[in-house]
Amino acid sequence: MAGIAAWGAYLPTFRLDRKTMGRAWDTPSLPGERSVSAGDEDSLTMGVEAALACLAGRDRSDVDAVFFATTTSPYAEKQGAATIAAVLDLPNALTSDVTGSLRAATTALRSALDAIAAGTARAVLVVAADARPAEPATATEQLLGDGAAAVLITADGPAEIIGVAGVTEDFTGPWRRTVDHYVRSFEPKLETEYGYARAVIAAAKEALSRAGIAAEQVTKFVAYAPDPRTLATTAKRIGVAEVARDPLFSTVGNLGAAHTLVALAAALDGAAAGDHIIAVAQGDGADALVLRIGAGIDAARSGVPVADLIASKQMLPSYEGFLRFRRLLPSDASDPRSSTVQYWRDRRQALPFEGVRCTACGIVQFPANRACVECAALDKMEPIKLAHRGRIFTFTLDHLVGGEYLETPVPRVVVDMDGGGRVFFDMTDVNPDEVRIGNEIELTFRRIHDGAGFHNYYWKARPPRTATVPA
Amino acid sequence: MPGIKDRIAVAGVGATRFTEHWEKDQEDLLVEAVDEACRDAGIERSDIQAIWAGVYYHTTGMGGAAAVDPLRMYGVPATRVENFCASGMDAFRNACFAVAAGVYDIVLACGVEKITDSGSRGLPNVREGLHPFLPAPSAPAMFAMAATRAFEVHGWNKEDLARVAVKNHANGEKHPKAHFRRAITMDDAMNAPIIAYPLGRFDSCAVSDGASAVIVTTPAVAKTLTHKDDYVLAKANGLSVYTANPMYKPSFDYLGFPATQAAAKMAYEEAGVTDPFEQISLAEVHDCFTITELLNYEDLGFCKKGEGANFVRDGLANADGPLPVNPSGGLKSFGHPIGATGCRMIGEVTRQLQGRAEGVQVRDPELGLAHNLGGPGAVCSVTILGRQ
Repeated sequence: MAGIAAWGAYLPTFRLDRKTMGRAWDTPSLPGERSVSAGDEDSLTMGVEAALACLAGRDRSDVDAVFFATTTSPYAEKQGAATIAAVLDLPNALTSDVTGSLRAATTALRSALDAIAAGTARAVLVVAADARPAEPATATEQLLGDGAAAVLITADGPAEIIGVAGVTEDFTGPWRRTVDHYVRSFEPKLETEYGYARAVIAAAKEALSRAGIAAEQVTKFVAYAPDPRTLATTAKRIGVAEVARDPLFSTVGNLGAAHTLVALAAALDGAAAGDHIIAVAQGDGADALVLRIGAGIDAARSGVPVADLIASKQMLPSYEGFLRFRRLLPSDASDPRSSTVQYWRDRRQALPFEGVRCTACGIVQFPANRACVECAALDKMEPIKLAHRGRIFTFTLDHLVGGEYLETPVPRVVVDMDGGGRVFFDMTDVNPDEVRIGNEIELTFRRIHDGAGFHNYYWKARPPRTATVPA
Repeated sequence: MPGIKDRIAVAGVGATRFTEHWEKDQEDLLVEAVDEACRDAGIERSDIQAIWAGVYYHTTGMGGAAAVDPLRMYGVPATRVENFCASGMDAFRNACFAVAAGVYDIVLACGVEKITDSGSRGLPNVREGLHPFLPAPSAPAMFAMAATRAFEVHGWNKEDLARVAVKNHANGEKHPKAHFRRAITMDDAMNAPIIAYPLGRFDSCAVSDGASAVIVTTPAVAKTLTHKDDYVLAKANGLSVYTANPMYKPSFDYLGFPATQAAAKMAYEEAGVTDPFEQISLAEVHDCFTITELLNYEDLGFCKKGEGANFVRDGLANADGPLPVNPSGGLKSFGHPIGATGCRMIGEVTRQLQGRAEGVQVRDPELGLAHNLGGPGAVCSVTILGRQ
């Protein structure tokens, strides 16, 4: 069978201590902290980050399909996978959003395996991301976290998938109607036993049986679970020898439809040839996949380890920061101006971050124009993808943005991109006092604003979170 | 090319006070400035054959009617001029060209802006958000990025900037039409809240309302009007337009403004100025931010590149120095109602050359320079005026 050839994850830089949340509402606190996507992040921007991390340094021309799995697409009508494919510049890829269920990611994986088996795709990218909304002042609000992961499936991926099974069962829990603001949940005890454990155990046992693997042979059990205790007891009931520990619960939280894929990426980071991993996700039934780790696993390790992403963090000092990021407080600020027509026209600048190179003088420039910004030669331009890294040429800390005087300045930076191109960015995820000329930056995909009633996505600069270059 | 040298006369000038005019609208301000200019020249509004009006903000601009309607000069040819913060001096340039072409004898160049109708915190938001995703810096941010480079490359610091603010506010204290008529100390300037690092409140010009007007004619006609003995001659105007997006131009070094350098070269050639430091008696330059004034000294050839900070530190730009810069108090004291600034500068230099400056009169000026910079260094107009 086919296997995972590459993987990558993305966790937002911000964390909120659950004690801070408990203090804010005068309620008990769960242990640990949760990840919080910033105000300009959503499932799609995090999915883009994970997709870029997964494919870093790899030729993408064989990626024939992109699937985006989420329960929190920023659009009710418009495809997220198409935006991811546009950033990756894969115009011929089959794209699809898999949504509506916490097992969307494993369902997308099963479809990817079918496409590889059918010979209709050489490589399939499965991206999962979630940033689920929770009722303020509830334990769910503390439990949930935001994050994303991506895996690339190919016919010869070294993390071979040797057994797949699934059960489908209509079950109302957890759920969110189109008119609901927050995730709803069922009577928890009933949900855990009848909605979760039964389906997960059935799918896992069947997948192991199809793989011809005994439960005791499993080295790692990775799964979405409503809480860590349920994860451990379920693993035990399947017969997995090792006690299943979730690396995410106390550090970033329950990542929803992305949870199993992020946990799987973490397991692959530490996997050795000969290991067996079982990955399970639940939601209206369950999917289970059994993986056998092959000798090529070390060569496939290109991305940033999940443990590094967990460690790379900034604490939100207060719950109010979370309220602001989530836009939970009403605001009468007017919409910034925008234009769907202009966004469409400039889509290659916005998404694949394409500039041009003048063949007359060699200067790389952005944004694209017919006449060279340096030598004025006309129609000598060839398109070129700009690097996602560069160095600050000059900067300011702007307190006066859009006629509004801010307490906290926005770092605004002029960057010389590696390999050419000079571009002006807003900077994020940085202490303004630490911005200097010459500092290295990398790009991060963000939702800039919602002018003209659509999500205007583009890039911001941030300090490099890791040593690896996403390109 | 004959140019405009000695073919154009300034017959009269007028301006409102530049301040927060809460009780006056844009129309009131323009009427006040034009009325003063007409009285100064000794003409009636009906003598004016054509109008060029500098107005930047489209939200308040109504084409040529922005001038014709408030002045009730129906039927007169009028054009609204918009060229960033240099809109006002570009209105003057167009007026000069029309007279030099022989099409008209007496025309009006004017400019007005009512900024505070959009609030008093920074300029109204024009470019930010116009593009779906490309960010646009605030005006202070754009010039702050030049200061950051100058700090890095020249080793300049906040004190170098503060000296410009202290000098200009000392001059502005004495000008009856300035927005701020108060001297400040180095401590005031150094410790003010930051607007866009490294620029603080006293590094930035204020948000003000105002209008200004200049009556442009030929020397022959000027001899028949009030200032027949002391009208002022245009010696040159240079206009240069560079990029409005320097932050995307790889070769832009932020250590000066090519538009100023080019406009100055044009103006000096036309006026026959070969050594500006020696030949120019005074200059009103565009000090929208303190860093801009330091870079202007270099771009205008008053000193060498990198020596702008020394120029002000050594007192060379003081009102009693060898080359007084902004004896009026500059934009630092007046604020910058965009369209109004250019013609106000022409008015300041004219009055200096006539020996009737409001505020600080410099001693025996022969040649005066006015410099109006627009956008992120995108547009520059340099005018040189001289005595008969």
